[in-house]
Amino acid sequence: MTDYAKLGLKAGIEIHQQLDTAEKLFCRCPTCLRDIAERTGEFHRYLRATESELGEIDRAAREEMKLVRKFCYYTYDTVCLVEHDEEPPAPMNPEALEVCLTIAKMLGMTPVEQVHTMRKLVIDGSNTSGFQRTALVALAGALPGGCRVETICLEEEAAQRVEGETFSLDRLGIPLVEITTAPCMHTPEAVQEVAAHIGMILRSTGRVKRGLGTIRQDINVSIADGARVEIKGVQELDLIAEVVRREVERQTNLLAIRDELRARGARVDHTVIDVTALFADTKSSILKKAKAVLAVRLYGFAGLVGREIQPGRRLGSEMSDYAKKCGVGGIFHTDELPAYGVTAEEVARLREFVGAGENDAVVIVAAGRERAGCAAEQVMIRAEMALSGVPEETRKMLEGGSTAYMRPLPGAARMYPETDVCAVTIDGALWESIEIPELLTDRAERFVREFGLDEGLARQVAFSERLALFEKAVAAGVRPTLAARTLLATCRELARDGVEVARVSEEEMLALLSAVEAGRAAKEAIPDLITELARTAGSAGTPEERVDAAIAKMAPAVSQADVEAIVRRIVAEREAFAREKGMGAFGPLMGVVMQELRGSVDGKVVSETLRRELQRLLS
Amino acid sequence: MERFETGDQVRYANGGTALTGTYITERDGMAVVKLESGYNIGTSLEKLEFIERPARQQPAGAGVVVQNPDLPELAILSTGGTIASRVDYRTGAVMSQFSASDILRAIPELGDIARYRDRQIASILSENMQPALWRELARAVYDEIRAGVAGVIVTHGTDTMAYSAAAVRFMLKTPVPVVFVGSQRSADRPSSDNAMNALCSAAVAAGDLGEVAVVMHATTNDDRCAIHRATRVRKMHTSRRDAFQSIGMEPLGYVDYPSLSVTLSDEAVRRGAEEPELHDTLEERCALLHFYPGMPASVLDAFDGYRGLVISGTGLGHVATAWIPKIREMVEDGTMVVMTSQCLHGRVCDRVYNTGRDLLAAGVVEGEDMLPEAALVKLMWVLGNEPDPERARALMQTDLAGEIRRRSVL
Repeated sequence: MTDYAKLGLKAGIEIHQQLDTAEKLFCRCPTCLRDIAERTGEFHRYLRATESELGEIDRAAREEMKLVRKFCYYTYDTVCLVEHDEEPPAPMNPEALEVCLTIAKMLGMTPVEQVHTMRKLVIDGSNTSGFQRTALVALAGALPGGCRVETICLEEEAAQRVEGETFSLDRLGIPLVEITTAPCMHTPEAVQEVAAHIGMILRSTGRVKRGLGTIRQDINVSIADGARVEIKGVQELDLIAEVVRREVERQTNLLAIRDELRARGARVDHTVIDVTALFADTKSSILKKAKAVLAVRLYGFAGLVGREIQPGRRLGSEMSDYAKKCGVGGIFHTDELPAYGVTAEEVARLREFVGAGENDAVVIVAAGRERAGCAAEQVMIRAEMALSGVPEETRKMLEGGSTAYMRPLPGAARMYPETDVCAVTIDGALWESIEIPELLTDRAERFVREFGLDEGLARQVAFSERLALFEKAVAAGVRPTLAARTLLATCRELARDGVEVARVSEEEMLALLSAVEAGRAAKEAIPDLITELARTAGSAGTPEERVDAAIAKMAPAVSQADVEAIVRRIVAEREAFAREKGMGAFGPLMGVVMQELRGSVDGKVVSETLRRELQRLLS
Repeated sequence: MERFETGDQVRYANGGTALTGTYITERDGMAVVKLESGYNIGTSLEKLEFIERPARQQPAGAGVVVQNPDLPELAILSTGGTIASRVDYRTGAVMSQFSASDILRAIPELGDIARYRDRQIASILSENMQPALWRELARAVYDEIRAGVAGVIVTHGTDTMAYSAAAVRFMLKTPVPVVFVGSQRSADRPSSDNAMNALCSAAVAAGDLGEVAVVMHATTNDDRCAIHRATRVRKMHTSRRDAFQSIGMEPLGYVDYPSLSVTLSDEAVRRGAEEPELHDTLEERCALLHFYPGMPASVLDAFDGYRGLVISGTGLGHVATAWIPKIREMVEDGTMVVMTSQCLHGRVCDRVYNTGRDLLAAGVVEGEDMLPEAALVKLMWVLGNEPDPERARALMQTDLAGEIRRRSVL
């Protein structure tokens, strides 16, 4: 059991949540995502870092510039010149600001008097402008358990990477709130709990986007003697604790490696050695086809480059991540060789040629001469860092919860004012006009109290994306249990069976529930009716007409006389069985009758009729 | 506490927390503070508390960039359009850069094309340009040509760049390229078109062209720049990179990016075709008037005493019939009235409808297919250099600098 208090774990989170506004943050485009097959065009741009007053380029920006990159953007009929970086931004979307203020108020924060939009340099291609527009809106909130929220910012979402250097512009500019907590969590579980709580608050507004990718958590982790590391883009809530556990493990192991390196008197040789000739006849295809194979000597590193620091990751993986920034595919190191077509004999020759002893490690990179040189340089940089411990980094999450290096933590030299957007004043009247919505947890309790839903169902409804529809249905007179079961259980089961439930509009669902409530169809017919509505989605008619048509086809109205006739016939056909089983025949016969009626009649009516007929036969 | 100064360290109290930041400025009664996180916020002054006034930092890195003496020399004349800029991340201010060294630091690849000398003519927004500055600019370009530079680059705000380029073209005969360049996205942003436009303009200025041109993005992509003739170019979009277009003709050529290879059309005047000459007199009492339906003829009274008036008329070149007596009067009083079209594309022809024929009878000069702005600048130049009214009328209908096409082609 890891003692996180003893390790000095400090963690904070940044939650990025997309807002469900009608328009984007700085233009009038809709906030909808598109399929890349629907793109109407593409264009190409280059980005270059600009010089700050001190003649410095932001270190994160400089890192991105290691490769000269040409970016490609996909465009759609739902994006405009603002996303293209071809038109100045529109004023800040007041709807987005209002949602942001609502969340700030729910978190007990204090707004700034005047909101100034900034440009934050991001030159990885995800913003056509080369910066992300972001504004600090409120400060100093409280969370249960004594943790603090430091800031809430309103910013624009970046473009989605399609692959490589290609981005899709549909997502660019969707409003996003960024909520940053203090580094006030001390166990992996606490981080996950805080994230869940903030997520609940966000969803309570009813004005945030739902679904995969609409909320992302960045996690800041450090341990005593370690370093602050920011892990980007954790999408699944359930993985948060694991990511923290693994980062603590990584930092602990890096510190242990550092101590061992120091004890061994390890050092990095800064001379790069050309070993291309040694691999002229190698069986390793990567080494054979490379124009240059360069070696870096790490004295005293043997065994440590290949040591695991978190599941699936070694110190060598970290060196490889740094090298990849130069456009190489990866590295080889002597802790993992012979392998990959490199023979033991070749390794021995390599060691001899570069003068590396048993306690030393040799890293080789193979690529064009310039890239290989850049990569060798990067390996040395990362190896030097191993001697001093844990580097401050921005990392990305890998599947399972381990992480890989992305770039250095951004420096201060990356924000300056967005001069094309006017400051927005938040006066007392605006702040007071912001209404705090009911928390989803409170709403679930109210559903138990007012509607008599059981706790589990009440919570499911409150946290579901169909909450608004549920409330509409109940307001229209539909029984809460019927609405809840239909919208959650029935729809989920149908979806599992391959019915495209999402194609049934909210209005149709509402009309369907009202029809059942009014007795025009039995609740047993609901699955068939939803299936029919989904199958015929898009055809003409008002929601009510469409529902009536579905009822006529799938569950035509049956009169009480019809029901009695059908029940009487079925009982007569199975008279021997009924006489033999007595009232025990009720269950099996009920199934036969219901199948024939296909849900056109409420089960209660059928059961009463059947019971009466059976009793008459048996008496 | 007395007033804060830019750069002061301050404590900002809000909602029970206190943060430190840098005081930037006061705007509309609010203090603007840059917090340590980099964010600016606006706050009332009473929430700020002075901490300290740090010693002023000297702006760093004003060193001279060493240039390659084996490359041809180009002159960069700046008028206020920013080709390079630098952000002060402490205060967020964006500062324009004009010296050759500053520009080379921002766009180092320029050093592979040529070596540069720089000269600042003005530092203004281009809407504040004046004919007097056009003349100063033309003289400066002429001086640089006489001093032997291989080409001239003029950096200029984009709003009125086409006027300035046309003005320089009418005043100057040049054996070397004179290239106007600007940018549609400010130079402080990573996506700015400044670097590509600057590199393309340098490639043109060091190349085979021998006339005045505007070099700007040809498309929304960072793939090539178009080379436009100074007298046929127009800013046709408020904000796009490819706002500049040649009207009534194809561009003179293109520069591919990033290869910077220049291709010129057969029509482009080649280096050395002209000897340098400067005729920098302009008659500034000239105006350009955009006609609209219902515009009262009395508007013309404002131009009494003007020597020249270009009208941007409707369609083939018309104004309301009610204007004709006043126009006749102006012409009789010695004002040259030149008709151009709001259509921009196509040729004026006042011989099709009665209004047109009446305008001709009143003494209006058909401005052929000239762009209204080019016609205005030309009228200033013609009236400044040709005292004889009849010869001046004839010059207005003669192609002097590529501003008139003899034939309209598809």
